[in-house]
Amino acid sequence: MTKVLMKGNEALAEGALLAGCRAFFGYPITPSSEIAEYMARKMPKMGRTFLQAESELAAINMVYGAAATGNRVMTASSGPGISLKQEGISFLAEAELPSLIVNISRGGPGLGGIQPAQSDYFQATRGGGHGDYHIIVLAPSGVQEMMDFAMQAFDLADQYRIPVMIMAEGTLGQMMEPIIVREPVTDLPPKPWATTGCKGRKPNIVNTLHLSPEFLEERNLHLQRKYKLIKQQEAKAETFMIDDADLVVVAFGLMSRIARRSVMDARQKGIKVGLIRPVTLWPFPEKVFQEAAEHVSKFLSVEISMGQMVEDIRLAVNGRVPVEFYGRIGLTPNPEEITRQIVNVAQKEGWV
Amino acid sequence: MKIVAQRPESLTDAPFHYCPGCTHGIIHRLIAECLDEMNLREQAIGICPVGCAVLAYDYFNCDMLEAAHGRAPAIATGIKRMLPDRLVFTYQGDGDLASIGMAEIVHASGRGENLTVIFVNNAIYGMTGGQMAPTTLLGQVTTTSPYGRTAEQAGYPLKMAELLAQNQGSAYICRTAVNNPANVMRTKKAIKKAFQTQMQAQGFSMVEILSACPTNWGLSPLEALEWLENNMIPYYPLGEFKVSKEG
Repeated sequence: MTKVLMKGNEALAEGALLAGCRAFFGYPITPSSEIAEYMARKMPKMGRTFLQAESELAAINMVYGAAATGNRVMTASSGPGISLKQEGISFLAEAELPSLIVNISRGGPGLGGIQPAQSDYFQATRGGGHGDYHIIVLAPSGVQEMMDFAMQAFDLADQYRIPVMIMAEGTLGQMMEPIIVREPVTDLPPKPWATTGCKGRKPNIVNTLHLSPEFLEERNLHLQRKYKLIKQQEAKAETFMIDDADLVVVAFGLMSRIARRSVMDARQKGIKVGLIRPVTLWPFPEKVFQEAAEHVSKFLSVEISMGQMVEDIRLAVNGRVPVEFYGRIGLTPNPEEITRQIVNVAQKEGWV
Repeated sequence: MKIVAQRPESLTDAPFHYCPGCTHGIIHRLIAECLDEMNLREQAIGICPVGCAVLAYDYFNCDMLEAAHGRAPAIATGIKRMLPDRLVFTYQGDGDLASIGMAEIVHASGRGENLTVIFVNNAIYGMTGGQMAPTTLLGQVTTTSPYGRTAEQAGYPLKMAELLAQNQGSAYICRTAVNNPANVMRTKKAIKKAFQTQMQAQGFSMVEILSACPTNWGLSPLEALEWLENNMIPYYPLGEFKVSKEG
């Protein structure tokens, strides 16, 4: 096992290559560009396809075409570029084309800034484009997971025939950590639905148009059945010291590692506090919150946004436990700030 | 008994939904005949546009995809890069290709993507009910140019064949029409040449086909063909605009 020091964006790109990604289509945008640059260096030498598209719209549609041939393919961008890709993501979702979309996220709205942020949570978890659909959204918390989740994302995409998004704060794309490089994947599932030329079989069609109202509804019901199954099987969260907790801090991505430090600091001060880290943002790991709500007095969602995931926590606990929020945008909350928030809650509740 | 005419194998037996006098059906048949004669059906992958031909995936008897509005050349690029030995073609109308899909078509040509575009130019948006297209002629009445298109208000119709012929990546660019039997035969030849260009990996190929839309032009099928000849051909001259040297 080799341990190497790698930048998050490059670890993600390498993970995708290890998972058998045959093509990358992208457009430059900070802070995601290193993924495209890494692919531009590596893929031609591996006999794979790197193509810089003329736009984000073109890139996501190249993904659509290449995914339809049954190959593992991806694109990567950041907030403003992901907005442009939404048309294509809606089409990918309905055509059920497995694909990987990466959002190395920065703060908006508009051009916003290039600082790390989590404010594309709504866009990622609510579908984002038009129509009733979801995509699986994975939120890595470190450079190792940038690699590992890229590999898992392709497996999930193939298993459920669904676009999968990895959403990571810009920090995760830019920072370096030592990681173990995984073994390449060799066995990929067959895709008999792919449009590869109809030699020896009936023609395959990849489309999203359903003019019959009944069939359109049936297509939507089919997607909903698939989403229900994914919700049952793939919702994932990590928990830390929640068994005896009065207060549970909730954070995802790199933010969850910062919050974990605050949880340990607050424990030193005698506050019974724990942490839930949603690993999948969609499906949201509701069950873990419902179980925690049995004994927890309060949740505190900490986000690099003005409050987005907090809505999913409130939906999950359905009014049984109050859910508070602390967040910033442009700046990432630091451990001392979060500890202060925890202490404030504890003092208000009379726990300390 | 000797068979003198039959449906090409590259067309399914699904009945076309096109209006009386619409020339999409002729163009579909020409493509299918070329696929049959060149023995390419089993390696062909086609991409339909948004527009009247959106349902063409039901008509062509080969692997087919349907694209978002204007994106067919990007989808074709993704397919062709994965499967370089297949025949990949898009079928696009004027709104799809020359308006909302302008970036995708120009860059597919610029990159010299080795694929074929069948561009059906009938100077109007058909499926949405007769609105002004980027190729609508000056003075032409549509539902969104009800007093006739004026240069002051809507600028000038775009000449896509001429525009794309300037790109070095374009290997074969031709404009034809399907208003009479001679032009229909020339169109078939051009489609075949475009497919050959692709199979010889020479680069981007496009056949722009002037086509009739009697329903939205408000003309009878016969009048529509006359209108095409008297109004479209003078503005959109027929002929080859780019032929690769190797061809």
